Amino acid sequence: MTRVSLQVNGQPRHVDVEVQTLLVDLIREKLNLTGTHVGCDTLQCGACVVRLNGETVKSCSILAATLPAMAEVTTIEAVGGDDLHPMQKAFSVCHGLQCGYCTPGLIVTAIDIVEKNPGGLSAEKVRKELKGNLCRCTGYQNIVAAVLQGASDMGVRVLTEGGDA
Amino acid sequence: MHPVEIVKPETLADALEAFRASDEAMFLSGGMTLVPSMKAHLAAPDRLIDLSGIAEMTGVEDRGLSLRIGALTRLADMATSPKVASAIPELARMAGMIADRHVRNRGTIGGSVANNDPAADYTAAVLGCGATLVTDRREIAADDYFIGLFETALEEDEILVAIDLPKPSSAGYAKHSHPASGYAVAGVFVARFDSGWRVAVTGAGSEGVFRLTELEDALSARPPEQAFAAIDVSSLDVIDEPAFPAAFRRDAIRWLAREAVGRCQDL
Repeated sequence: MTRVSLQVNGQPRHVDVEVQTLLVDLIREKLNLTGTHVGCDTLQCGACVVRLNGETVKSCSILAATLPAMAEVTTIEAVGGDDLHPMQKAFSVCHGLQCGYCTPGLIVTAIDIVEKNPGGLSAEKVRKELKGNLCRCTGYQNIVAAVLQGASDMGVRVLTEGGDA
Repeated sequence: MHPVEIVKPETLADALEAFRASDEAMFLSGGMTLVPSMKAHLAAPDRLIDLSGIAEMTGVEDRGLSLRIGALTRLADMATSPKVASAIPELARMAGMIADRHVRNRGTIGGSVANNDPAADYTAAVLGCGATLVTDRREIAADDYFIGLFETALEEDEILVAIDLPKPSSAGYAKHSHPASGYAVAGVFVARFDSGWRVAVTGAGSEGVFRLTELEDALSARPPEQAFAAIDVSSLDVIDEPAFPAAFRRDAIRWLAREAVGRCQDL
């Protein structure tokens, strides 16, 4: 066993886990934050995406014990407050989900995409940036529409064509 | 996943000592290949030497004639580093062609080059630029480094510390990605130096990344279009499988080389 200390959704958490514990298992099994999902378990699908020190990562392939002490982890649970986050609302309004399994990873990713592209965002750029998030239901059309709607609601300009920021 | 012990040394000496003290130790960099391999039971180290705390393996340095990239430099850093972008811009652009944004936030160039996946991308840049691989104990020329599939000249306990790439006057990379995995079905990196061209091919070779010396010679002797027409790719030892048969890969090498040369700015 080893002790892992992280700042999860703004709260300091100290957890004793087996050394080989993956970050996603720590989040789900030890902290009971089950919004982060395990889809493929092979680093492909992005259902497990969380933010680690401000960057999106696939938590199914990170050994929790290798993280720096008090690394900041943000999961889908901390995305909204009392109200839904504008990106969550956009996914709802645009019908950017069907079964919903990939949605937490997509929303965490989508918010990061918007924040990393303050100068504007095109559909083409969104599609490129969503390469690491798989959805088996929607065909992506409404997901891309939702990300652009969310971007707009977060104050980032939607570029009509070309315009990779 | 099998039980494993994790140690986190801060110096190369401590990393070596920790490695040698265990029967089945492995070095861990970004973990984007090794951790999934461990989950699939394709790798079962009893001890992981987490290299992420070793300062001398980090950083990017412009050394005038060459660019030295610390092995721990992440693919995301390759994409955004101003030093990379000004010294060898094609290296920065290629980062965005590898895996996805989440994986690039963890995966390192050193991990990729040490693993020598036959369909990796930066291996072609390392060989194509004629880089020097700097380890904890020696320097290895790229021409002597890539041995075969997942095989390098690195000894069992040897640590890749940095990659020193001579700056070409221009360079280009073109890749045909596998539609599912994103890995290179074939990828061609070309680099132009005062001394001539270097061309490296990844993804397609039966024995991993290799130099296409025939095209190097042809490009040095005649205009690019004539060079592409002049080379004979029919006997290249490439991977042959149903999705991308050998004939496709050989053709791809030629048109990817054309695209890569077309990206060179000073023609």
